[in-house]
Amino acid sequence: MPRIQDKLSEMKSKNQKALIAYAMAGYPSESGTISMVRGLVQGGADIIELGLPFSDPLADGPVIQNASFLALQKGMNLDKFVNLVKKIRKEADIPLVLMTYANLLYSRGYDKFISTVKKAGIDGIILPDMSIEEAEGYLEIVHKNNMDAIFLISPNTSEDRIKKISGMSSGFMYLVSIYGTTGAQQKFQQYTLDAIRNAKKTLGGKMPLGVGFGVNNADQAKLILQTGADAIIVASAFLRLIEKTPQAKIQSKIASFAKNLKKATISE
Amino acid sequence: MKLGYPKNGKFGEFGGRFIPETLVPAVEELEQAYLKFKDNKDFRQELDYYLKEYAGRPTPLYFAKNLTESIGGAKIYLKREDLLHGGAHKINNTLGQGLLAKRMNKKRIIAETGAGQHGVATAMACASLGLQSEVYMGYKDTQRQKLNVFRMKLLGSIVHPVKDGTQTLKDAINEAIRDWITNVKTTYYLLGSAVGPHPYPVMVRDFQSVIGNEILSQMKDLEKKSPDSVIACVGGGSNAIGTFYPLIDENTLMFGVEAGGEGINTEHHSATLVAGSKGILHGMLTYLLQDKYGQIRDTHSIAAGLDYPGVGPEHSYLKDAKRVKYDTVSDNDAIQAFLMLSKHEGIIPALESSHAVAYAIKQAKNMSKSETIVVTLSGRGDKDVEVVEKYLMENAKNSR
Repeated sequence: MPRIQDKLSEMKSKNQKALIAYAMAGYPSESGTISMVRGLVQGGADIIELGLPFSDPLADGPVIQNASFLALQKGMNLDKFVNLVKKIRKEADIPLVLMTYANLLYSRGYDKFISTVKKAGIDGIILPDMSIEEAEGYLEIVHKNNMDAIFLISPNTSEDRIKKISGMSSGFMYLVSIYGTTGAQQKFQQYTLDAIRNAKKTLGGKMPLGVGFGVNNADQAKLILQTGADAIIVASAFLRLIEKTPQAKIQSKIASFAKNLKKATISE
Repeated sequence: MKLGYPKNGKFGEFGGRFIPETLVPAVEELEQAYLKFKDNKDFRQELDYYLKEYAGRPTPLYFAKNLTESIGGAKIYLKREDLLHGGAHKINNTLGQGLLAKRMNKKRIIAETGAGQHGVATAMACASLGLQSEVYMGYKDTQRQKLNVFRMKLLGSIVHPVKDGTQTLKDAINEAIRDWITNVKTTYYLLGSAVGPHPYPVMVRDFQSVIGNEILSQMKDLEKKSPDSVIACVGGGSNAIGTFYPLIDENTLMFGVEAGGEGINTEHHSATLVAGSKGILHGMLTYLLQDKYGQIRDTHSIAAGLDYPGVGPEHSYLKDAKRVKYDTVSDNDAIQAFLMLSKHEGIIPALESSHAVAYAIKQAKNMSKSETIVVTLSGRGDKDVEVVEKYLMENAKNSR
């Protein structure tokens, strides 16, 4: 059974909300990523998004751009990514979602790329530049491998389009909370809360709603979950936290921040 | 073979729309507006007015007699886009999109630029049409094209140097797209080449097709037939697609010239169609320069305007359909052509266009005197004199 759906429906039945947390493969180093994942698991993250860096991350803000650049400089690539995932799988059964850009899959061949990461232990894929109109060949392979394709929606996505996109998604729906790139540091405005309510209503409980981009702290997480989201997705804030952290302290620092965010998901 | 307005923005398998969801409503709005206005009489009249009275169209098709005689082969004609206001073909597109943006009630315009020619053309169009403009430009490009940075500022534009990645055109496009995602409701992204998500490649092609349409009617006046060959340089490929598209159904050989840099067997070139492979970048499926993992490679050309790892999707289609032959010219051959055209004809071509001139010189030798070649001289070379001077000095040093 698919790990993502299992996890989220188990949580739903217990009336719990989820913390989806991000780590970039190869940032700050391969062993640093392992420490980060250990910290996330220890801190109570429910699902981990694992970024595979791309040279031109046009949906990402400065924090993930910088992490991508450094990870690529240190030689991160698909082969190393696969080894990293296998190592993680040896110690954790947590759902793992790959986040990257369409070209890395397309250039390798959807079939080859997707079956390779599936074998390593990846459960789902998020591609911020894959629009549903272009997704036919990609989706076919994702489904053949019994994986989840998670698509994004945005505050300006129409209700009709949300329905169309959710019909092609599985696992959860990813709502981009703001007009902007990942890691924006600003207060959420009314339109974000409206977008959450609207998406929730349009999805009609058929699929869990995760909200990400610009979620930086426990207060924001609470606000988003109270407004109706089923999961918060936190990425840049975790990377920002370890920008200057020595390797030995990554795990504990990440764990305590994750714990703090996780508390926000169960404090209702 | 002419694809007209392609369904779903696909040129064969190329093109399409690989974009973040936030931009989907924006490109749909743009497509609706473009379809509404592209054949609208008022829109066409206003655009024709600006092209004629402001930009200086039509441009001459000049018979390069001295160059032709010194080579002793086919007759070489130059399509003088370098004589347009601003010094390049870019103004054809910025006026078209600027007028479209006005009709869409978008007051804030953003653009990317490589050599600075599109940035300057955007700043000019915006100043004349009463729009605000901000231009993203790779930091490396701001350093090698300082004159154009200052021109943009004079014209009232804000220039944002981009310090990410390779600090060239591709990073400027990334940053412009990020701005567009952030300010999607108020901002019009005025893309300068025939690249990006649908409808940009088709829209830019249509606005630049004025080049090929004029060539066709001018050649029928001058030679009573369409040209035997046309040659244009290809970076993103806007002047080339504007040259080729109206001639696709003619009996004309077409050549697109990419930047061979220091040689396509080195890592220092921008020969996307000649040496690249299929991939997805900047919203489109097209040929790219990438490594075996799909990471976009660093590119090189002495001509900043050709220094781009992707290419317009319609060129990818025309390559695979074998309607256009794509080839390369090295930095050094481009410089030699730059010098030769300057001396023989008193015309200093842009380094980008010098690639097309170099290829024409090579082709003309093997053709008969009754045959004709049209070279699109996409821009003038004033912006490049410092780069050429430096190149010549270094070469003199090395050969000593």
